Amino acid sequence: MSGLQAKRLVFRVAGRTLVERVGFVCERGQFVALLGANGAGKSTLIRMLAGLARPAEGQVLLDGRPLQAIDRRELARRRAYIPQNARVEWPIAVERLVALGLMPHLPVFHDLNAAMWRKVEAALAQCDLAHKRGQPADTLSGGELARAMLARALVGDPDILIADEPLAGLDPRHAIEGMARLAALAHAGRLVVASVHDLTLAARYATHVAILREGRLTAFGPTAETLTPANIRMAFDVRASIHGTGADACVDFRALA
Amino acid sequence: MVRTRGYTYQTLCVLLLLLPAAFALSLAIGRVALPFSELLHGLAAPKPNLAWLILAELRIPRTVLALVVGATLGLGGAALQGLLRNPLAEPGLLGVSGGAALGAVIAIYFGLATAFVLAIPLLGIAGALAAGALTFLFGRSGTLTLILAGAAVSGLAGAGLSLALNFAPSPYAAYEITTWLLGSVAERDWAQIALCMPFILAGWLCLAFTPRGLDLLTLGEAQAESLGVNLSLLRAQVLAGVALSVGAATAMAGAIGFVGLVAPHLVRPFVGHQPSRILLPSALFGALLLLVTDIAIRVLPTSNELKLGVLTSLIGTPFFFWLVLHLRRLSP
Repeated sequence: MSGLQAKRLVFRVAGRTLVERVGFVCERGQFVALLGANGAGKSTLIRMLAGLARPAEGQVLLDGRPLQAIDRRELARRRAYIPQNARVEWPIAVERLVALGLMPHLPVFHDLNAAMWRKVEAALAQCDLAHKRGQPADTLSGGELARAMLARALVGDPDILIADEPLAGLDPRHAIEGMARLAALAHAGRLVVASVHDLTLAARYATHVAILREGRLTAFGPTAETLTPANIRMAFDVRASIHGTGADACVDFRALA
Repeated sequence: MVRTRGYTYQTLCVLLLLLPAAFALSLAIGRVALPFSELLHGLAAPKPNLAWLILAELRIPRTVLALVVGATLGLGGAALQGLLRNPLAEPGLLGVSGGAALGAVIAIYFGLATAFVLAIPLLGIAGALAAGALTFLFGRSGTLTLILAGAAVSGLAGAGLSLALNFAPSPYAAYEITTWLLGSVAERDWAQIALCMPFILAGWLCLAFTPRGLDLLTLGEAQAESLGVNLSLLRAQVLAGVALSVGAATAMAGAIGFVGLVAPHLVRPFVGHQPSRILLPSALFGALLLLVTDIAIRVLPTSNELKLGVLTSLIGTPFFFWLVLHLRRLSP
């Protein structure tokens, strides 16, 4: 089994259950969009999938091995995680920010070598940031910073990319570009799991959707069969209609009468 | 290929050139005016002689101590600013300086210092380690709790110091306590330095393992953790490193402010903002800063010797104001 498997995940904090027995299997080459209303448990589930939060019950398996049993650095090399609204704390240059993504590949007390700097350059080019590489990261716009974080995540060439609302705060063009980039990564054989609020973009680009409501997985499967008006209504309490399919899909929704 | 390396190597070279110069100057200047030639002659002449005694028993220990304490404060400040991702962090923030001061003051208060010369540094180190343990115990769960626990421990140590002054058995004891608290590297002997060095070196060693984790914290705690950083281990390493090194330094020299806060800021414009690249330059600059300040004390014609901690604060404060105003402009 090559990929990520969630087995009956439960997460509780202060007596409240945020995630209740969520289980699914996703494989490389898939782009799984995680959908759900605010507070449905998406971020918590994402953090458990990334191995950053320990489930109260159940476990996450990466290629059949429980995440807790995998060495930190090995896990860091194999899956990348981008939190919601990732920020930089110091005004370091963009290329240095991206190079931080290579640290799990670097033995202790070693500096980056030329081959690694070439990887940084490739990741910058892949995310259209080559011209920004010397600029302090705190002066980037929201869209540029999101791309820089994606480049940071991709530079180590992980099999699995887990992103929490990678489109948050992006304008329509950058949001479309961001989704297209994630879809291209999945197409190239990686597994991408991302929480998304834009249903139209999810319908167009995601290969699979997982829908959460109040901590429970209410639907999971290929996008065309799973992102249906009935499932959208169940997740968000809105009336939805879907026009077109594939790259032309458009999800329209209005409040329940 | 142009890299945004900053001027790390140039900065290190300049600092490594300035440090021996300051070291030589520090040996040449003191209360007893001795020409440099006489000091050199004293090294070659049969021992003991006056010049050699002044060098070996007064000026060299004083100079070495200023360098070690300055480097410790610069390193501790840089590491803490990196860990807390806050440019206002300084080595005293975690309560270890307060703990060291309280331990030393207890030694003075009960007259242990007169009975046993090493009582001040010994109790100072014990106080620093106790304070560090207390901060760790209450604050290990997160960065914010670490700061809050440090503030609480600092407050406790401050209350203890006030209590000692309040109940001081005589005005002379109170005077002795306040004088010690002002901070100085004068009149410390080799035995005291030898007692503190293992702790300081152990602290430096702890901090030597933190640069990568501090760098990754630039991405925030969640991403740092996803990149393999064990956050609780990193916090423990920095706290232990600061408690051992800054604690022992404070036990030797008293509370010396501003060096740990200012040194990292002063090197950032030259080496960039990446935490790992600031540690060594900040340590070297802290050493230089404290040694030059200590030389200035000996040169300034004051009736009572001006205390080191007083002068660092006097110089540090206006400089810090200037820095606050220009921080934006200086940042590359």
